[in-house]
Amino acid sequence: MSFTEDQITRYSRHILLPEVGGKGQKKISQAKVFVVGAGGLGSPVALYLAAAGIGTIGLIDSDVVDMSNLQRQVLHHTPDVGRSKVLSAKAKIQAINPDVKVETHEARFTAENALELITPYDIVIDGVDNFPAKFLINDACYFADKPLVHGGILRFEGRVFSIIPKKSACYRCIFKEPPPPGLVPSCQEAGIIGVVAGIIGTIQATEALKIILGIGQPLTDRILDFDAQKTAFREIKTKRNPKCKLCGDNPEITKLFEHEQEVCQLRTPGTVGVT
Amino acid sequence: MITVRIPTPLRPMTGGKGEVEATGGSVLELIDHLNGAHPGLKDRICDEQGEVRRFINIYVNEEDIRFLTGKETPLKDGDEVSIVPAIAGGSHG
Repeated sequence: MSFTEDQITRYSRHILLPEVGGKGQKKISQAKVFVVGAGGLGSPVALYLAAAGIGTIGLIDSDVVDMSNLQRQVLHHTPDVGRSKVLSAKAKIQAINPDVKVETHEARFTAENALELITPYDIVIDGVDNFPAKFLINDACYFADKPLVHGGILRFEGRVFSIIPKKSACYRCIFKEPPPPGLVPSCQEAGIIGVVAGIIGTIQATEALKIILGIGQPLTDRILDFDAQKTAFREIKTKRNPKCKLCGDNPEITKLFEHEQEVCQLRTPGTVGVT
Repeated sequence: MITVRIPTPLRPMTGGKGEVEATGGSVLELIDHLNGAHPGLKDRICDEQGEVRRFINIYVNEEDIRFLTGKETPLKDGDEVSIVPAIAGGSHG
């Protein structure tokens, strides 16, 4: 494939970078990234990847836009309230960059559909708000051998790291299982400074681009933790856990499953969690 | 003194503080001392058997205690201990 004049202009600031160049931009244009969740984290990820010229962005989310989402989910605008999140997202992505192909799935990411959904993609981004889904995404990426960029946010704190299956520590190496309900808030009672989602999501997007381009040092085997109150980043070293039930020496998990417990016990019908 | 970083979900137990000082010759002792100053904290960090809960990691000077000597990992003055639980956040995908 070759770029049109307009595309060369659009991507000129990328192409100028020796680490990217025309060759790198071509890699970006051919890349396929799957984003699970079109909310707080998925928004900056999808917007920046769209602007960067990613070839295909896959999006899955079963929710519709709620007024309380607008404080941080910058893919969605006021007139989108009540609209399917993935369709709202698709419209914004295409407005930013019509070069990007958008595949939408108005559904939940489940043990049944996970592998089929991510198999056509090169990289997966975790932008979900609940532990069972985070573990499921991690396990699916391990079985499908897809790099995963994990993100998590709570109140004034955010966390991000990349996982190259079988090579670097996975989510389960670090956090063995989801916390029991009530011990770690993740819902509407906890709150989140909206921009923390932006900070963590843009780092996730950066990681995806680096993995696609094969440049720099991926954020693997280290957890990057951001504290907005201090405006401080902290890096915590980690490594693969030989006792990991998924990717350790004697794995016990051999197929996908969903942790049953929902962290969001306080979620009541008609309310939307902090996402 | 040992500096202990308290994660967001546990801050209600430390009066909102993200960092507290404590003493202890090992991680286990430190947790006991922390619990003295902030009752209930140990229950949040450890399970009924006294083991560190499975979704919580403890780091001494940014090294995971699982790769050191677990909760027996020795501590000295000036060490920094981080308690890092899993956090969610994102979208209800």
